[in-house]
Amino acid sequence: MTKALISVTGLDTTGIIASVATRLSEMNINILDITQTILDGYFTMMMIVDLDGANLDFEEINRRLQPVRDEKKMTIHMQRMDIFDAMHRI
Amino acid sequence: MIETGEILQTMRMIQEENFDIRTITLGINLLDCSDPDPAKCAERVYEKICKTARKLVRTGEDIETEFGIPIVNKRISVTPVSMICQGDPRPIAFALDRAAAEVGVNFLGGYSALMHKGATKADERLLASIPEVLSETKLLCSSVNVASTRSGINMNAVREMGEIIKKTAEMTADSDGLGCAKLVVFANAVEDNPFMAGAFCGPGEPECAINVGVSGPGVVKVALESVKGQPFDVIAETIKRTAFKITRVGQLVAREASQRLGIPFGIVDLSLAPTPARGDSVAHILMEMGLEMAGAPGTTAALALLNDAVKKGGVMASNHVGGLSGAFIPVSEDIGMIEAAAAGALTLEKLEAMTCVCSVGLDMIAIPGDTSAAAISGIIADEAAIGMVNNKTTAVRVIPAVGKKAGDRVEFGGLLGFAPVMPVNPMRNDEFIARGGRIPAPLHSLRN
Repeated sequence: MTKALISVTGLDTTGIIASVATRLSEMNINILDITQTILDGYFTMMMIVDLDGANLDFEEINRRLQPVRDEKKMTIHMQRMDIFDAMHRI
Repeated sequence: MIETGEILQTMRMIQEENFDIRTITLGINLLDCSDPDPAKCAERVYEKICKTARKLVRTGEDIETEFGIPIVNKRISVTPVSMICQGDPRPIAFALDRAAAEVGVNFLGGYSALMHKGATKADERLLASIPEVLSETKLLCSSVNVASTRSGINMNAVREMGEIIKKTAEMTADSDGLGCAKLVVFANAVEDNPFMAGAFCGPGEPECAINVGVSGPGVVKVALESVKGQPFDVIAETIKRTAFKITRVGQLVAREASQRLGIPFGIVDLSLAPTPARGDSVAHILMEMGLEMAGAPGTTAALALLNDAVKKGGVMASNHVGGLSGAFIPVSEDIGMIEAAAAGALTLEKLEAMTCVCSVGLDMIAIPGDTSAAAISGIIADEAAIGMVNNKTTAVRVIPAVGKKAGDRVEFGGLLGFAPVMPVNPMRNDEFIARGGRIPAPLHSLRN
């Protein structure tokens, strides 16, 4: 399984989760875990997803999240989970 | 499952604390490119590098995007050119520079000679060509090994290198002596070093290998901010934990690059490599330990602790550790070192003491343009003696700033930074350097 972390941050507004989740669903990307909080009006969400269902390369998946960034004015980073596993798990 | 706090810590290290992979360096053996005809040899070298490193930069960029970790440089190291050139080495130098540009790497190292015991004819030809080659190439780096614990110090080579450094500075005077920033003189040079200017693919290396150098002085500095006032035991432990995390990412990147390129993994180099950016300084780690500036009494002890803790933490995080592995203390590439040198807190002599306990040596130090070749050779000999006796790698990368004197400033730009010109002890040593010959290997070289 190729797991990735998608972090979404920016000013809170309605429909952020829906917007990201819809995009992921369109690409057949399964969401494994979500944590979300609001800090001083700032929306912070971390999603762990499984990229294997998508049949798209990493760059393309990242590119298809661009409309969410533009529309919701959010900062969205996607990176492979391996880096967190390497750093924090033996 | 990874916890949110852990994810945030990793992201903070990358986004705010300048954690990056400094380099993926592809080592390429060129022994099979040798030919009596220099033009033919150059052609083979060009073709082999372009073929082997074709996908290096793209692969590095892919890993960077997917894992979200900056990989600052992609580099190549090759077999020391003196080992493959049977005639004029210059056509090979230009072919290497062209090949580096073609595949898009930031630097290519290996315009080198290993002459710690003596010089071959090819070594002599290569040395003579260094000033011209470094003034006419952009990406090529050069290194010369003049001493080792096993064989002693080749004082003829030391004498010659003083003159070559002077000449290289003069020939690249319009860029503040930039040629000298691409030239390093070693004792106990290592064969799998991924860092420039001293990277080359040693004769004991495989056909090709992926070597990765990590970085992250900013991460260590921030980690130490959380243990203010605590005893050194705590400091050492904190550095070890941080170095472990940093190195695990280096290992991940090395494994990934190796798999994608189909090239064997060589080593991860544990070095803490600073850049001139604020928040990416080794000197600031020393200051965090309680020193007003790098160079204050206690600096050598602080550096010894740092260097050792980085190794202890890092060595458990990778299955093969190598290269230079330790803390680098280049002056022009570290904002804290630049400030300390400019304030007069850091002298050449203190830096020499620091090189006894750190990763490499006197690195990226601008010296007055009127410093004699013999004085530069003397600096090299002192550094080589430290390396030889202490069984460690030492190096000298000094830049005579043509037309400038102590207190003036030189500017190299980019990762190479800028530096104040530091004074050199004016006492003469010409007769000492004129002697030549070899300083015998120390008694502890006889270990069998």
